[in-house]
Amino acid sequence: MTHTAHFRVWRGDADGGGLQDYDVEVNDGEVVLDIIHRLQATQAADLAVRWNCKAGKCGSCSAEVNGRPRLMCMTRMSVFQPEETVTVTPLRAFPVIRDLVTDVSFNYAKARQVPAFVPPKGVAAGEYRMQQVDVERSQEFRKCIECFLCQDTCHVVRDHEENKPAFAGPRFLMRIAELDMHPLDAAADQGLTRAASAQEDHGLGYCNITKCCTEVCPEHIKITDNALIPLKERAVDRKYDPLVWLGNKIRRREG
Amino acid sequence: MTQVERHAYDVVVVGAGGAGLRAAIEAREHGLRTAVICKSLFGKAHTVMAEGGIAASMGNVNGHDNWQVHFRDTMRGGKFLNHWRMAELHAREAPDRVWELETWGALFDRTPDGRISQRNFGGHEYPRLAHVGDRTGLELIRTLQQKIVSLQQDDFAETGDYEARLKVFQECTVTRVLKDGDAVSGVFGYVRESGRLFVIEAPAVVLATGGVGKSFKVTSNSWEYTGDGHALALLAGAPLINMEFIQFHPTGMVWPPSVKGILVTESVRGDGGVLRNSEGERFMFGYVPDVFKEKYAQSEEEADGWYTDPDSHRRPPELLPRDEVARAINAEVKAGRGTPHGGVYLDVSTRLPAEEIRRRLPSMHHQFKELADVDITAEAMEVGPTCHYMMGGVDVDPDTAAATGVPGLFAAGEVAGGMHGSNRLGGNSLSDLLVFGRRAGLYAAQYAAGLGGQRPAVAQEQIDAAAREALRPFEAGADVAGGSGGPGGSGGAPENPYTLHQELQQVMNDLVGIIRRAPEMEQALERLAGLRERSRRVGVEGHRQFNPGWHLAIDLRNMLLVSECVARAALERTESRGGHTRDDHPGMDRAWRQVNLVCELAPEGAAPEGADGQPGQVVGLRKRPMPAIRADLLALFEREELRKYLTDEELDG
Repeated sequence: MTHTAHFRVWRGDADGGGLQDYDVEVNDGEVVLDIIHRLQATQAADLAVRWNCKAGKCGSCSAEVNGRPRLMCMTRMSVFQPEETVTVTPLRAFPVIRDLVTDVSFNYAKARQVPAFVPPKGVAAGEYRMQQVDVERSQEFRKCIECFLCQDTCHVVRDHEENKPAFAGPRFLMRIAELDMHPLDAAADQGLTRAASAQEDHGLGYCNITKCCTEVCPEHIKITDNALIPLKERAVDRKYDPLVWLGNKIRRREG
Repeated sequence: MTQVERHAYDVVVVGAGGAGLRAAIEAREHGLRTAVICKSLFGKAHTVMAEGGIAASMGNVNGHDNWQVHFRDTMRGGKFLNHWRMAELHAREAPDRVWELETWGALFDRTPDGRISQRNFGGHEYPRLAHVGDRTGLELIRTLQQKIVSLQQDDFAETGDYEARLKVFQECTVTRVLKDGDAVSGVFGYVRESGRLFVIEAPAVVLATGGVGKSFKVTSNSWEYTGDGHALALLAGAPLINMEFIQFHPTGMVWPPSVKGILVTESVRGDGGVLRNSEGERFMFGYVPDVFKEKYAQSEEEADGWYTDPDSHRRPPELLPRDEVARAINAEVKAGRGTPHGGVYLDVSTRLPAEEIRRRLPSMHHQFKELADVDITAEAMEVGPTCHYMMGGVDVDPDTAAATGVPGLFAAGEVAGGMHGSNRLGGNSLSDLLVFGRRAGLYAAQYAAGLGGQRPAVAQEQIDAAAREALRPFEAGADVAGGSGGPGGSGGAPENPYTLHQELQQVMNDLVGIIRRAPEMEQALERLAGLRERSRRVGVEGHRQFNPGWHLAIDLRNMLLVSECVARAALERTESRGGHTRDDHPGMDRAWRQVNLVCELAPEGAAPEGADGQPGQVVGLRKRPMPAIRADLLALFEREELRKYLTDEELDG
């Protein structure tokens, strides 16, 4: 089954641009990325787009399809009516480089600000022992393919450039939760309380759990329920725990 | 004189998959300033596609496992064409490389006693693959990526600059390795985002660019897999070996057409999935070759008993090495027992409870549901062979990963040849990346440090030539449009890079694919020569900023060069072994086991090299004897088994 679809694709660069119209062939079983590739091969050889695996595993081909943040390789053409116009635009929360390609360096900068896993002292390589049930919590978050759709859709930064310096975004708050729940992470031994740091250094407080991130996650990770809310609870527990308060006072006095 | 960005580092790693990142970590941990060139964004490398696991004989699930057993399995899988020393180092060091990942934050699936769980896989005698569901490659890449970030955090704490000692150049492509005399002096490339050209001066370059699958139409490989490192090495004067051996993974998706080739992990079979033809027959029992007869079950009952009681049952034939399974599927389809879309059925739905399938194979469940509307917990998958892995690559020293003949050039991972012989076992790729990535980084660092102040220099004329070559597609378009004829004096209309790429993929798929015949490969070589000629007239529109047509035009040079190596070597080897199957020479020949086919760029003058710096591209081929396997390693095998692979003279000598 073949039909001709009407596509509108954003073309342009940092100086501006607009939607361009294309009529293009669509075959049975194809996804939006196939159509973008067909446009490159037949009508727009220099149409810029990122992609790698075309199997939903690398998280490169993120864009907005009819306004919704999606992976183009996992968006089947059969979800649209044949007569429906399909509009493809670059991720809105990040600066455009060219056409569908955006500057996602914000995410790499935020990744660097999250302190790395701290290996436990005195446990040699090969001697790590963890139970499956304990690693599974963090494993869910490590399914993340870093497509940055959650970062794109999060209203804290989507239309609020001014929040970017103070807010790590769902992906990297989830990274903190992942490390916080890692059975052997020894950050606390170095004086780093990950949950508190999420609140104080990475802007967890900006999140008001509207679950937009969870909705767009192509890996179906329950970002809000399983990462952000527990992280908030732990941050709050600490902040209002009288023993922690007392401990902090004592430690400060000693220092 | 061409204006380019200039940088200087001690070690440059070309490629940011498992091998490249592991090499970069090692070089940086030895105190050297290290650059990683990443063709895509950091963390998107093709390594993320690896599903099944990392093979390492930790013995967590079956205590009988050890490095010697792993070595034996690897040699058998490669039909003894592996470089024995690489297979030995790999088997010995893999467990340490896996455990090290845990200290960097990796979270593997666990055994009941809390150790790293290990799963069964084709060709591995014991459960050996450390894994995370079926997304092990992603875990590997993310762990290495996060280790690099953690090293950058250390440097930031010390110097105030994250990139003081280790910098990742994202979305950059290297088009030439630069040399001063024989020795490496740096790399030349372009930045995708801006189209700017750059040079990095460095005395040591590690190639870790992966494979060549994008030369084939049906492949599990991503767009980056255009044989860049293979071509860079050849053009720098380093030889390639084993280029005739390409692994066609037996189970790729066959429908819908747009996802044809995407991988279906071997874990489906390792966890109990079976292959059936359109008549419902579990056909693999009819395809166990003589060399493996004693190791595999003869009946369904025996095979099914193995999953729960492996000590008193032989393995199911679905878990034969990949080349055997791929050929069997090919034969079934050819005999008219294929599925409606030209594959066979892979069924796990009748073998495991739905909940268990979702837990063990989450991304397969997801992939089939989203892309093919198939629920693998309720129905069978349709699968067929897909071009998956290049066994051949840069000829390297087994211990140091140094490329032959070019001081300062190193190679690790899929771009290096020798480790896997004629066929790679599943799970041995991720461990290969770690073991030899580390070694390449280590010896590149030692080499660079050992030079002191005496570093090779980058010559301006090489930069100018590399710039002309990289920018030619823009001129070709403009020249032809202006009626002056294309560079190389060929004239004619400009060629569309996408069209040439599609034709190349069709040629390789149809004529140098899974089953090969001499007349077809001769025809392929003719067609490749025609494509090469036309590729000189490739023209692109638009400007240099993030222009995919231009990038493809540059990648085409590499794919054509590598494809020619594959076709020439495959034509020359008149036997069938591992990932090289000759319809006209169906048997394995012990005399051929002693021979590596070595591809080199034809000497200057012999090739029609253009004045524009276009490489000669006609590759030369020579035979080289394999080194004799060390006696204590040979003693790990029964003499009867060795007799199948080694000649009598070798055995008695």
